[in-house]
Amino acid sequence: MAIVEQEPLALPAGEPSRSARPLGVFSRPRNTTGLKNWLTSVDHKKIGIMYGVASLFFLLWGGVPALLIRLQLARPNQGLLSGDAYNQIFTMHGTVMVFLVVMPMGAAFANYLLPLQIGARDVAFPRINAFSFWVFLAGGIMLNTSWFLGGGPDGGWFNYAPNNGIAYSPGIGIDFWNVALMIAGFGSLTGAVNLITTVLNMRAPGMTWMRLPVFTWMTLVTQFLLLFAIPVLTVAQLLLLFDRRFDGNFFNVAQGADPLLWQHLFWIFGHPEVYLMILPAFGIVSEVIPAFARKPIFGYPFMVFSGIAIGFMGWGVWAHHMFVSGIGPLSVTAFAVATMFIAVPTGVKVLNWMATLWGGKLILNTAMLFSIGLVTQFTLGGLSGVSHAIAPADTQQTDTYYIVAHFHYVLFGGALFGFYSGLYFWWPKAFGYKLNEKIGKWNFWTMVLGFNLTFGPMHILGLQGMPRRMQTYDTSQGFNTWNMWATIGSFILAFATLSILYNALVSYLGWRRAGRPNPGPDPWDARSLEWSIQSPTPEHNFDVTPTVTSLDDWWYHKYQEDENGVLRRVASSKELAQPGNGEGVHLPAPSYWPIIVAFSLPIIGYGLIFSLWLCIPGVFLLLAAMYGWSLEPADDLDQDHHSEPEPELAQTHG
Amino acid sequence: MAEAIIDQAATPVADEHHEGHYTSLGLSNMKLAMWLFLGSEVLLFGALISTYLLSKTRFLTELVAGNPEVVAGISNDENAELVNEMITKGSVEPLFDIPFTSLSSFILLMSSLTMVLAHKSVTEGNYKNLRIWLSTTMLLGATFMAGQVYEFTTFYREGLTYDGSLLGTAFYTLTGFHGAHVTGGLIMLGSLIYLSFKGRMQKDRAETVELVGLYWHFVDIVWVLIFTIVYLIH
Repeated sequence: MAIVEQEPLALPAGEPSRSARPLGVFSRPRNTTGLKNWLTSVDHKKIGIMYGVASLFFLLWGGVPALLIRLQLARPNQGLLSGDAYNQIFTMHGTVMVFLVVMPMGAAFANYLLPLQIGARDVAFPRINAFSFWVFLAGGIMLNTSWFLGGGPDGGWFNYAPNNGIAYSPGIGIDFWNVALMIAGFGSLTGAVNLITTVLNMRAPGMTWMRLPVFTWMTLVTQFLLLFAIPVLTVAQLLLLFDRRFDGNFFNVAQGADPLLWQHLFWIFGHPEVYLMILPAFGIVSEVIPAFARKPIFGYPFMVFSGIAIGFMGWGVWAHHMFVSGIGPLSVTAFAVATMFIAVPTGVKVLNWMATLWGGKLILNTAMLFSIGLVTQFTLGGLSGVSHAIAPADTQQTDTYYIVAHFHYVLFGGALFGFYSGLYFWWPKAFGYKLNEKIGKWNFWTMVLGFNLTFGPMHILGLQGMPRRMQTYDTSQGFNTWNMWATIGSFILAFATLSILYNALVSYLGWRRAGRPNPGPDPWDARSLEWSIQSPTPEHNFDVTPTVTSLDDWWYHKYQEDENGVLRRVASSKELAQPGNGEGVHLPAPSYWPIIVAFSLPIIGYGLIFSLWLCIPGVFLLLAAMYGWSLEPADDLDQDHHSEPEPELAQTHG
Repeated sequence: MAEAIIDQAATPVADEHHEGHYTSLGLSNMKLAMWLFLGSEVLLFGALISTYLLSKTRFLTELVAGNPEVVAGISNDENAELVNEMITKGSVEPLFDIPFTSLSSFILLMSSLTMVLAHKSVTEGNYKNLRIWLSTTMLLGATFMAGQVYEFTTFYREGLTYDGSLLGTAFYTLTGFHGAHVTGGLIMLGSLIYLSFKGRMQKDRAETVELVGLYWHFVDIVWVLIFTIVYLIH
């Protein structure tokens, strides 16, 4: 189950002979520390951490335009940003937050945890995993270079046609949006193929479907949504690319085209997209709440099947984004009903979390608080979401701040609170020290305050009729007070969001001063398999693949019923945990190729925007790197089976 | 079991499907991944075909209604007769040469047969036949591509330009995308032949041939859809 890429094509078929020269492959990177190791690593844990670091960076980067928006709207008739600058700012805020923050943050947790939770040594295709990360980063960097190369995209993150056409947006910002997101999309697609294969095929013995942790289940549903949603967005972007760069007519109304096609394609992608952004957070909360309520998750099969139901129904509600586009009463009715219906499985989840909390011995630490924060705030966002399903009301709400309030409640109050909960929860597993609880609680409560102060008033502003995406408003419109409160809230929120980095630093320094005490394999006395190995996770994950006999298998190793049917602890986590001895374990070798393939794509991308000649070296590099990749053995055959670096060594770069 | 997991590289390949490793579903990871990728491709072509159908209908409606810009977009100096026929029939059928495209479709479909024979040869260890059938597949695929180039040239001369009309944009994008997929398949086939000559594509790597075959059959099936939807139903 460890290294499951195919046998190397570069070597003669049959018994792998070490003396035979591989075709067209140069020597492999062997570094186990330092920059080169990070650039060439195929370790799912390192890739997960890199996803996390990149998405936290983009969170700050995408927060700057958000604060600019709030400054501009703090008072009526301000001229801080021109209309054009404002368009670019809100477009980039939305695009960065959706594609470069929430999606990769989900990927960070999925990468780090999925193999650990199913008892595997790595993902199915370690090099493709590295490629997924680097191509996401390449796309993200390319998108942001638009600021320096002619201005950002200005069509909104949804980028409606015909407004996205060359006639209405003659700059190159939208081309950057288009090409860079297409490149980042490759990363999501390959990541989805990889992670689905991992869950389907690499489960430890006994890890049957109904024993998978809920996080693994939700991530699996997420990856299926990505697998089928990303190609639809890619098609929409290709049509736009051909229209803008090669004079196509897909959205050219003069030639009889129907620009509504864009909205359909975009939201067929876009609505599964919103579920794939929230489902990983649902999974995290479903791990955290049982751990700190000291109870198994209530209604495990309902949690699983409601997640699957959300995954399926997410495909049938896209046109509720289009109620005012004239799609006709029949379509409006059908999509309105479907939208109300999809609230049901979501409601099942909320009730199950509450039932898990009910009667539990609650430990209200930071991770738990953030999870409860998700349940509360997501429910508020869900309720305003259901109100969009009432089509006549939606007609009034569309394009107002009411919508802005709704999706920030589900994506910030929901997804991001869930991710913060996950960071606090799994931090000791990844880095070997706990985050400071006191700062953590400040982090949580200031975030709750700032979040609700920023986005709560937007419900009222929206119902008063304040339109989205407008650069300013007049004092006669009566929007002044709540806008000022929202701006104040946004700065509180910014500091609260940043404080996790401050916490990481303070906690690290305190831990180092205290002589780097080990938090132990299972600092929270939790339930799933990742807690049965040492912290930080050894490079090889499991010394011996665990055999699973029940849901929450690890928990039932620690606790067993006594003669009165009461759960009693029978052994400590330290005694039960695997010691982290990786002797004889053979891991997939690092490789240069994933990052080379990934960064050949932006060269083609810049070529599509600036000069097609640039595409030629890009395509040659891409092809050469793909050949290098497919001829390179997944294992480093020249290297003998070596003993792994000690866990202490691994944590210095973990 | 535990040993097999601790050291995969030392585990002998004992499985008749040459999977090499234990997997939960008993299906090799590569094959599963290929199926997942093809599932994703279904949505790619689904969206492109839908776009074509919508664009063609909108184009014909405007053409029959006599929208001057749409008529001008499809007209050149010599094709007045063709445009008139399209308007009177309310169909894009006059543009197509169905017997010619039927022949090239037949050629592409036959390449699926030779691909199956190539896979059969490699499982039997008959590497000469493997190369013969792979080359035949490649030749048939290349013939199909030559037919598409010829067809595109003809249509272009008949007045169907890429940027002139909505129909042209949608038609060339859809069929061009399929052509790009065929070209990708040709590159893979060529690589297989090269590896086979180098002695690196033998019985225990039959799955690699099978994976290329899966992709190749998928591209053929997509063409069956495109041929039916674009050429036969107008």
